[in-house]
Amino acid sequence: MDAPFLSLEDLVAEIPDGIMLAVPPDYSGVAMAATRALIRRGVKNLHLLAVPTSGIQAELLIGAGAVSTLEAAAVTMGELGPAPRFTALVKSGAFALKDSTCPAIHAALQAAEKGLPFMPLRGLIGSDILAFRPDWRVAENPFGDNDPVVLLPALRPDIALFHAPLADRAGNVWIGRRRELMVMAHAARRTLVTVEEIHDDDLLADERMASGTIPSLYIGAVAEAPRGAWPIGLEGRYEADGEHLALYVRAARTEDGFRRYLAEHVLVERRAA
Amino acid sequence: MAEFSHTELLVGAVARMLEGLRHVAVGASSPIQGAAALLARALSGGRMRVSVLGSRTNNFFTDGGRELFDCAAQGRIDAFFLGGGQIDGQGNINLVGIGPYPKLDVRWPGSFGSAYLYFLVPRVILFREEHSVRTLVPKVDFISAPGTSAANIYRPGGPYALLTGKALFLFDRALRRFRLESVHPFSSVEDVAANTGFEYDRAPDIGPTPGPPAEWLALLRGRVRDEIAETYPQFAATALSAP
Repeated sequence: MDAPFLSLEDLVAEIPDGIMLAVPPDYSGVAMAATRALIRRGVKNLHLLAVPTSGIQAELLIGAGAVSTLEAAAVTMGELGPAPRFTALVKSGAFALKDSTCPAIHAALQAAEKGLPFMPLRGLIGSDILAFRPDWRVAENPFGDNDPVVLLPALRPDIALFHAPLADRAGNVWIGRRRELMVMAHAARRTLVTVEEIHDDDLLADERMASGTIPSLYIGAVAEAPRGAWPIGLEGRYEADGEHLALYVRAARTEDGFRRYLAEHVLVERRAA
Repeated sequence: MAEFSHTELLVGAVARMLEGLRHVAVGASSPIQGAAALLARALSGGRMRVSVLGSRTNNFFTDGGRELFDCAAQGRIDAFFLGGGQIDGQGNINLVGIGPYPKLDVRWPGSFGSAYLYFLVPRVILFREEHSVRTLVPKVDFISAPGTSAANIYRPGGPYALLTGKALFLFDRALRRFRLESVHPFSSVEDVAANTGFEYDRAPDIGPTPGPPAEWLALLRGRVRDEIAETYPQFAATALSAP
């Protein structure tokens, strides 16, 4: 069955309140147009899973009061410095934070991908990350001798949401080398994707494209959103809009400034610059 | 002796620690470390591989975000760089914040991959330009990744050195302590002592951190500057030009 094509508004209407929503890092394909639409629809109580880090996407959702739990290895605005709403609101306890580390998030998604209950992972023992994660366990390597190893329960997101360069008419989605998106799509119950453009030919018929393509089996729905990652960049397509991101960081230093940013750039739909 | 900037001194000091390695990986927001790795690669005559996160031309990974970590777990990465808002004398690093967790007084971005890579990459070089009692503390408030582990913990990796804006320390894994090796120009042994919040040992022959030789400076201001500009254009334009 082909994945249906929806408008951006109808795509985000498929994301209920209270679910675990997995989103990719800034270097991958972040569905920013969809995120703004999601905030306009007033989404609440998300368990936001950053795979494995996030930037302005987590910032907007946290600042808009849409997140009740955040799981991430880091939230940062990169060279622009700290993420202002994350930094301010985490201290107020406005949302619960599950501090993680990048490979733990990747590995726990791989467990879900394989239909396994957990995944073992090296490292972590002796860290306060592990100390503050009662959902993680340390067990003996059953094949070793006095070799403790951390076990991570599978992470099975309700929905994975990301932005990709291409989808064909059947809803196969081309991600190229950004294969964390493939893992996310395999692991999540449902995957919603925005794309730069529709590709008229069958992506799976072209051997050069097929290995970088998520088959529509894993795709719940697709919406066309040109420049849908803006103000973040999309590899091979466009650079991040550094000026706009800097404008955001300045605005979001205060709650009032963030509200003004939201009113001006998120709550009113406008075409990407 | 060639004239060099403070940044070029730091780049040279890092590059010197990468000599002879097969594969060096560089994480996010690390222009000095990235330039050092690319300089070391230029000096290796093409024998060294370098992966720079955020680069398109100097990053060959094709299997998504997990590949760096899987690669490290297999022993395919020889050196990596970590930092921290706080670093203590046992090599513990804190990338999470100051105060009692989770209601911290100051919150930083988070631990990234440190809680894993610190265990698995043989030569982890800690870099923190700010050398003060605020950053180099007796005990970190939160352990993102521990400097050392019990004997039964699988740990081929760990801290190798700590480079700051004032000095270079090497880490002794048996003693679980840093040892001051050299002091940068414009600092002194006394200045380092006054600004280090943890106890450390002193090498018998603490000298000045050597600057990059003329041949290195030429590479740094030419080829390496062009290579790092793709990922860190501001840094390349301002920090890597002849004084």
